[in-house]
Amino acid sequence: MTEMPVSSAQLFGLCGAALIGIGLYGFIAHRHLLRRLVGFNVIGSGVFLLFGSTGYRRVELGADPVPQALVITGVVVAVSATALLVALIIRLAQLTGSARLPEESPGGGR
Amino acid sequence: MAFFEASEGPWPALLIGVPLLAAFTAIVTWRAARLLIWSGAAVVPVLSVVLLARVIHAGGLRLPIGGWAPPLGIAFAVDGLSAGFIVVTGLVMAGVLLFALPQFTASAPGAAESRAGYAFVPLVFLAWAALNALFLSGDLFNLYVALELLTLSAVALVAIDGRSGTIAAAIRYALFGLFGSLAYLLGAALLYAVHGTLDMALIAERATADGATVIAGALMTAGLAAKTALFPFHAWLPPAHSGAPAPASAILSGLVPKASFYIIVRIWFDVMPQAAGTIMPVLLGVLGSCAIIYGSVLAIRQEQLKLVIAYSTVAQLGYLFLIFPLAGGGGEPQPWAAGAWTGGIIHAFSHALAKAAMFLCAGLFMEALGHDRIAGLRGAAHHLPLTVFAFALAGVSLMGLPPSGGFTAKYLLLTASFAGGQIGWAIVIMVGGLLAALYLFRPLTYAFTRRGLEEREFARVPRPRQVIPLLLAGLSILLGIASAAPYDILQIGRPHAAVEGLE
Repeated sequence: MTEMPVSSAQLFGLCGAALIGIGLYGFIAHRHLLRRLVGFNVIGSGVFLLFGSTGYRRVELGADPVPQALVITGVVVAVSATALLVALIIRLAQLTGSARLPEESPGGGR
Repeated sequence: MAFFEASEGPWPALLIGVPLLAAFTAIVTWRAARLLIWSGAAVVPVLSVVLLARVIHAGGLRLPIGGWAPPLGIAFAVDGLSAGFIVVTGLVMAGVLLFALPQFTASAPGAAESRAGYAFVPLVFLAWAALNALFLSGDLFNLYVALELLTLSAVALVAIDGRSGTIAAAIRYALFGLFGSLAYLLGAALLYAVHGTLDMALIAERATADGATVIAGALMTAGLAAKTALFPFHAWLPPAHSGAPAPASAILSGLVPKASFYIIVRIWFDVMPQAAGTIMPVLLGVLGSCAIIYGSVLAIRQEQLKLVIAYSTVAQLGYLFLIFPLAGGGGEPQPWAAGAWTGGIIHAFSHALAKAAMFLCAGLFMEALGHDRIAGLRGAAHHLPLTVFAFALAGVSLMGLPPSGGFTAKYLLLTASFAGGQIGWAIVIMVGGLLAALYLFRPLTYAFTRRGLEEREFARVPRPRQVIPLLLAGLSILLGIASAAPYDILQIGRPHAAVEGLE
């Protein structure tokens, strides 16, 4: 078996960075608010993955538990934020019939 | 942060615990809201002042929670800057809650529960707990949690009246705010990866100008700037702040953006001044200058009072960012060398008090008139003299006329820019003051016009409610008259970079 070109911690970190990029694209490029919210969550997952991977830098010491604890807190925060935003988006869609911001709706620009 | 290690009980945690408990109690028994407001508005500001007194006495406190010292545990760190912000927060919050008492709580025992009334009191207490947690925190991750709690309660406060326009404003705010939080968290993760701790004092000992630290600082600053509505991230602020109910706007405009600004100041002046480089301070200063000019010009063009006040917030927040290029002034330490830093913070304090007073005045005008169109304010000075007086006093502070807190702040910033030979910033500060006079004199001119007085209908507004904005505006003036006290308080635990400048 050949040696991996990157360590597993680096691989997770790079995956996290890639997720941040993908999420950022979705967050900026889409107009539908639910898609933007999904983009936000993908960025969040990327940040958490990157944060988690920093806990495995010094292999001889084992995994550092601090990033794991912080990531759990971060996940809770992200879930609450997502719930609040979903509630707001549903209310906006009920009131206006569109899940886009008024200035970004097709033809409905103010 | 050069703290004198003072032995201290864990009581400052009450500054977070009491409002948090009040928030949850208000959710469970909304009928107790009246009692909660009175006790909260009495207890928490007193605790804030006691904390300030302890800081003045002990010269900065560091409180490891549960007795575990960082890097294993998490610590509160309190110096003059944080204690000052906590006291200002306490004053504004107490004023706003007492102002909102008749508006959002049941007046009669059998009165129906209103959606806004049910939501308002818990959200304000939650925001209060988050602000206090943020100012007490000495740890970057604790700051993140407090910041998120603050953003979520602020977003909900914007959406409180449930019209489609304010819901859209809340969503726009949430998108900016949450994106900012993630950028901040990514920066914090990078700092942890490099330094192995999130305690600000420990990072300050270890930080150098290496690439990862600089990138982390840039990410955090960009995220926090989006939350502070720094130009060009300001687009969310005016609709959000003008769409919320007036007491909520007072908190949103006066206090919430100061929290993210406070973290930017902590990061650059306390944690990693050596990583600031030469471009970042100038860039922040230029964006702040753009905010001053652009926000003021748009404020002049608004027809609705609340929008004028909201655009004025965009402009006034711009001044705060001038401290980054101006800190240090003439290069070599002088007695007044921390002037720009101190001036910026005093500006944050006086703007918090004056802007809260202004939004409360706008709320009273709306109650009396049923709208907030500037052209409809005719005769207001005759019918609501106290409110117009409070509005004018707050305006004096925003324009930076003596003897207000705004004057002291701008004087310190101007002195620093002349002494440092950076005349460009001084021009922006002076032009900003003139533009502020323009957008504030317009509503005042209408308020003092007596023509067409007869046909205007003013509803009665009880006098105690008119006194609250007057007190807040008076405090922002007092900050200028008694400017030595806040100046001295801010020197407690003042970072060296405030004297020597960033770079």
